[in-house]
Amino acid sequence: MVTAVSFTLNGTAVAAVAEPAETLLSVLRHRLGDTSPKAGCLQGTCGACTVLLDGEPVLSCLLLADAAEGRRVETVRGLADGPTLHPLQEAFMDRFAAQCGFCTPGMIMAAKALLDRNPNPTREEVIEAISGNVCRCTGYLPIIEAILEAARRLAARR
Amino acid sequence: MAKHRGRGVASVNYPIGMNLGGDPSQALVHATPTGKFVVTLSSIDLGQGMKSVTRQLAAETLGVPIEDVHVDTGDSDTGPHCMGSFASRGTHRAGNAVVAAAREAKEVLLEVAAEELEVDPRDLELDGRGNVRVKGAPARALSVRDVAQAAHFKRGKSISGRGMFLVPPSDVDPDTGAMRPVTTYAHACMIVDVEVDDETGEVRVLSIKAAYEIGRALNIGLVEQQLVGGAWMGISHALFETVEPYYPDRAHGPTDFNGYLMPGPGDMCPVEIEIIERPALDGPYGAKGIGEMCATPPIPAIANAIEDAIGVRITEMPFTPEKILRALDAKRAGR
Repeated sequence: MVTAVSFTLNGTAVAAVAEPAETLLSVLRHRLGDTSPKAGCLQGTCGACTVLLDGEPVLSCLLLADAAEGRRVETVRGLADGPTLHPLQEAFMDRFAAQCGFCTPGMIMAAKALLDRNPNPTREEVIEAISGNVCRCTGYLPIIEAILEAARRLAARR
Repeated sequence: MAKHRGRGVASVNYPIGMNLGGDPSQALVHATPTGKFVVTLSSIDLGQGMKSVTRQLAAETLGVPIEDVHVDTGDSDTGPHCMGSFASRGTHRAGNAVVAAAREAKEVLLEVAAEELEVDPRDLELDGRGNVRVKGAPARALSVRDVAQAAHFKRGKSISGRGMFLVPPSDVDPDTGAMRPVTTYAHACMIVDVEVDDETGEVRVLSIKAAYEIGRALNIGLVEQQLVGGAWMGISHALFETVEPYYPDRAHGPTDFNGYLMPGPGDMCPVEIEIIERPALDGPYGAKGIGEMCATPPIPAIANAIEDAIGVRITEMPFTPEKILRALDAKRAGR
């Protein structure tokens, strides 16, 4: 028996039907058409599905859709302001922090959760924040640099 | 019980591309009616930057802005033939094909422009900003868009070019056994510092410094990106990754990321890279390739650094704590 689930997705109220035990990732990708969170390992070990739930990073492949009821969900799709990219997205481009790009949505959301909470993180804090996200291409260094760069750019705007 | 530091060096000469009965790649370039160019290619971009480099090569050869070049790698089944994105061959093999195709397309472009301007095509040049002009008389010019319009709707000509690059099959010399499967090599030298814990057997890579000779670096950002990523992959091959840790016994093989370990962001050391450019004679604008070679030198360099640190030679990858400790035990026992 399907159940209804409603929450805010990137600032817009959305509702969908979900199968019992259907994950938030599945609802986002298959019911709401937001394919920006990626389906990687589907067992919570790669981080590609990372989205923010009330500002906290969660593994949407493990979280049941019901858990998002009435809450605020953010995905990388909602990050840009029209054609203007978020400073994290810009910094990822400028620092060549993506190659195949599959880990990038999860990396950026994990980084956003960090910068929202801690606008001026140390390198160690950046490493800690993305330690649940696997990247196969970049060797992580450009990603760490991009997040630190985004923090500097955000600080310059304030 | 102590932590021991060691330094290891490794050098690599890496063949660009492969040759199993010839190594061909094909590219097609054509202008749309609006004067934009499309490169059709089956050399897939898997994040290494094939599309970016293709745009650069086509734009440079055609003499048009890079924004005016679109790369279509949509279907390797129906697109022009390519052996594939592997063996560090994309930039060299496919890149040469792109340059050849762009050259042929440019010839047609200049022919049509010459007819429109009533001049000899040899007197024409592109300004790199989307215009064809008469050399020495830049006021006599046509936009590439106007030339494309004329070609399509007035002259009935296709501004297009075919490019093919082939490294021919290399036969084995029956007397000497020698063959020449590739035409160019890239080179690198790497210095790795490690710290080995003789109690836990854990190896920590402290720093990687390397010099890479890769021909012309067509896109320095993409080059450095691959070299840093490759350094990580090399550390991972050397110290972490295996699907059959007790080969040929299949036991304890990892089945997911909980068991298949790789270095995380906290395990990554600083990587310092120097790029040396010695253009390859047969490369597109002198480029070679760097795809695979960057993951190789960390492995022997780390093995050498471990030997330098604790005096044991580990000969099987990955160099796990278990292998380090067993080797230290054997050394202490005088074996």
